[in-house]
Parts: sequence; structure tokens; C-alpha cells
Amino acid sequence: MIHYWPLLGIALVVIGFALRFNPLLVVAVSAIATGLLGGLDFLKVLGTLGKGFNDNRYVSIIYLVLPVIGLLERYGLQQRARTMIVGLRGATTGRLLIGYLAFRQVMAALGLVAVGGHAQMVRPLVAPMAEAAAEKEHGELDEATGDRIKAMAAATDNVGVFFGEDIFLAIASILLIQGSLASFGIELTPFQLSVWAIPSAICAFLIHGGRLLLLDRQLKRARR
Amino acid sequence: MIDLHWLYILAGAMFAAFALSSARDGTNPRRWGNAAFWGLIALSFWFGDLFGDLGNGVLVLALVGLAGVHLLGKGSQPSTSTEERQRLSDRLGNKLFLPALVIPLVAFVGTLLFNYTSLKGLGLIEPKSVTLVLLGVGMLVALLYCYAWLRPPASAPVEEGRRLIDSIGWAVVLPQMLASLGTVFAAAGVGTTIGSMAGAIIPSGSIFLGVLLYAFGMVIFTMIMGNAFAAFPVMAAAIGVPILIQADGGNPAVVGAVGMLAGFCGTLMTPMAANFNIVPAALLELKNQYGVIKAQIPTAIPLLIANIAILYVAGFHL
Repeated sequence: MIHYWPLLGIALVVIGFALRFNPLLVVAVSAIATGLLGGLDFLKVLGTLGKGFNDNRYVSIIYLVLPVIGLLERYGLQQRARTMIVGLRGATTGRLLIGYLAFRQVMAALGLVAVGGHAQMVRPLVAPMAEAAAEKEHGELDEATGDRIKAMAAATDNVGVFFGEDIFLAIASILLIQGSLASFGIELTPFQLSVWAIPSAICAFLIHGGRLLLLDRQLKRARR
Repeated sequence: MIDLHWLYILAGAMFAAFALSSARDGTNPRRWGNAAFWGLIALSFWFGDLFGDLGNGVLVLALVGLAGVHLLGKGSQPSTSTEERQRLSDRLGNKLFLPALVIPLVAFVGTLLFNYTSLKGLGLIEPKSVTLVLLGVGMLVALLYCYAWLRPPASAPVEEGRRLIDSIGWAVVLPQMLASLGTVFAAAGVGTTIGSMAGAIIPSGSIFLGVLLYAFGMVIFTMIMGNAFAAFPVMAAAIGVPILIQADGGNPAVVGAVGMLAGFCGTLMTPMAANFNIVPAALLELKNQYGVIKAQIPTAIPLLIANIAILYVAGFHL
């Protein structure tokens, strides 16, 4: 017997996000609705939600870097990142981010997923550098263009780590694939799996890298 | 053995300091809201294991309540001005990069040492938590470096950290909330329902249709759950193994690896992957909270097509 009612919780999430209610509220309401529709009583739902929250505290560990990053910003780290890029000949936003994309993919492929990331690399270094490179070439940026470049810097970090990490043998997702298939009697080594992450990694570099070059051209055109 | 609990104590201390510093910030009209929010997170880090499931549930509702009725604000406390920062940056020069690079450097050297020397056998760090433990170590080293070199006021890291955490605001706990939503989804049987729905749309002997259904199933389910890890076991059980591998004779390594990567294309397009897509938008102070997703969609779609092609060609024709 399949229960379709709990799927209503997914609809609530989609509608809630689309109407831009506070996401925490949307998630809590959806969790409670899904649980109740799935036949759990209220206290059980609340307990499940609480247990999930407590078991996943590790995802919030990353904020530990904020005091250091904030302190360095107080002493002019972002300004320094900008100055360095302005002094670098031939540095454009696109080329800079392509360099970062390659760096992030290679590091992730070596299992070094923590070398990079939004709090420790993108906000203090990569984003200001990308903006400075655009300002050097094209003059002062309006807010929309600045935001677009910063968003692209964050996107580059994500693409780099997602499509690099699976080349590393001992990463969680490879082990998950291996485990899931093993439960069906299909035995694979991590190496057999991680080899097949390489073609996608190359495609990711070409596609996102191409978009970054396009970004350079669009920035240039917007100036004329 | 150093495990996650050491980090939880550290993180709890940091959020407790944020709470105290928020409470004292007269420039924030909603300072008590902020103090309560960061205080609750500190409690969760320190005592979460003692509260029991129901107690943690109540804590979650309190956090949601504070955020839902907009009790969080931002202070306008004086840090250094832009001019002052430019001046400091000119004076300190490129050496400013060093402490910032200490964190990734410790991660780099630490991971290499751990994976490729006998350090793993010593039992010093719990293997599952190595990445996060190294992040914590890197942060402490960088902080000591900054104190020794820049000699800031003792409270400066807390004040500056709070400035950043305030700019992220309630989004700080969104990734954790979404993970617990995933737990509720699993308990309510959402995964099995979606899996059986996908499995019920049986592609009629066409390998290509099967591949399409598998890849789109991964993408959509990943977008709903915010993470491909939750989607993979379900889609593998529904389509990947019975149809693509067993019935159509596809290469299991390709079906497994590229299926997961198709899911990653979904991660790039969903607000449910908050730590990758929503928190950075807040951290970079973008006007549009979906700005990062908007920047990623034009990469994700062609990349998904590429992955489908790889699945089809390498999985069945090589």
C-alpha cells in the first residue's frame, strides 16, 4: 500500500519557497504536515524533527571560521585581495574564476574538499578578486553586475567541488554508491566508480568554464 | 580520540559569545531576538545530546518561532571604515593573506598526513570527522596567528564573527533544518513512495527512456530532498538496478557513478541545498536570495544533458 498523502509536504515546501515565506517556517510547517499525514502523532513528529536537528549539528561547524574571516576583514583582507588583482596584468573575472574552478576540482579530486568553500575562500578572497578584476577592466560596477559576479564566484566553488570530489576514492558519495549497489549483490571497487566521475568532471569544466569566458564578453559589451 | 563533540563544545562557546555580544549591542533594535537565537544554538551544541528528541524538537520550534515572527535584526556597530581598511591593507600588505590561507593549508597538509601516513592508525582523530576537525584546528591556529601578529582587542574576533553571523541571520540553521526535514520525510515514507512512483512508470523496453527516467528521477528527487545522497538509494532501487543494470545490461559502475553526478546537477538548482545555495547568497550579501541558484542553472542543465549522454553511451555502448 502506497501512501500518497505525505507528498503534500513536498508541495508545501515548493509553494512556501515560491511565495518567499520565511524558509525556516516553511520547513517546520512542511515537516509537521508530512509527519502527521504519514501517520505519526504530533509528539513523534516533533521528536523526529528534534533528533534530525541534533544529529546534523555537524553541518553548522563551518561557521567556526567566521571570527577569523571577520577579523581579517577588519584589517583590510578584501581590500588586499582587490589590490592584488588590480596589479595582475591580464586578470579578468572569467579567467580568474576559471583558475579557481580548476584549482577547486583538482583539490577535491585529491580528497581535499575543505580547501575552498564559501565562508573561508569565496567571501574573503575569490569574490572580491572577481569583482576587482571586472572593475579594473570596465570601471565601477552597478549593484546588479556586482551581485552577478559574486553569485558566479559562489557557483564556481559549488561546481568545482561537486564535479571534482567523486574522483577521489574515499569520498562519502562513492562509498554510498558502492554500499547501495552492494545491497543488490553488485560488487564494485571505489576505483571502478571514481574513474567514471572523470568524464563528467571534464564536461563540468568545459561547460562552466565556457560560461565564465562568456561572462567576460558580456561584461565588456555592457560597457560599450 | 578527537571527534565531533570537541568541535561542538567549541562551536557552542562561539555561539554563546555571539549571544552575549548581541545582547550588549545597543545599535541593534532587535538585540534580544538575536541573543536568544544564538543562545539557543549554543545550548544545542553544548547540551543537545542531553535534551532528548522531544526537547530538541521544542528547541527547533523556538528557533523557528524567533525567525518566523522576524525577531532577528542587525546592529550597526562601528568596526573599521572602508577608508581605514584600505589604509590598514596598504600597511600590512600581502602578509594579510597568510592567516586566511592557514585554514585551507591546515586542511591540505592535515588530510595528506592523515590519508597517506600511519597517522590514521594512531587513533588520534576519528576518521569520519577528519575534515571538520582539521577545519577547527586550522581556525584555532589562524586565530592565534592573528592575535600574535595584529594584536586586536581581545573581543574583536567575537565582534567581527557576530557581524558576519548577523548578516547570514536565520539562514544559519536552514541547512540543519533541511537535514531534519529529510529525517521526517524518511520517517513518513516519502522516499519509498517516490521510488515506487518512478518504478511504476516502466519504460517500455527503450534503454534511452530508462536512462532519461533514471537521470530525471535523480535530479527531481535531489531537488526535493536537497541532497543527492538521499535520492541515490531510492532511485537505484527503483530504476538503476532492476531496469538499467539487470534488465538492460548496463555497466553498473557507470550507472552508479554518473547517476549520482546527475543528482548533483539537481543540487545546483534547489534552495533545499541551503548550505551550498542559500547561505552563500546571504554570506555574499546578494540582494536576491536565489542569486546563486540563478547563476548555476545555465551550467546545471547542459551538464545534466552531458551526464545523460555519458550514461547512455558509456553505460550501454562501450
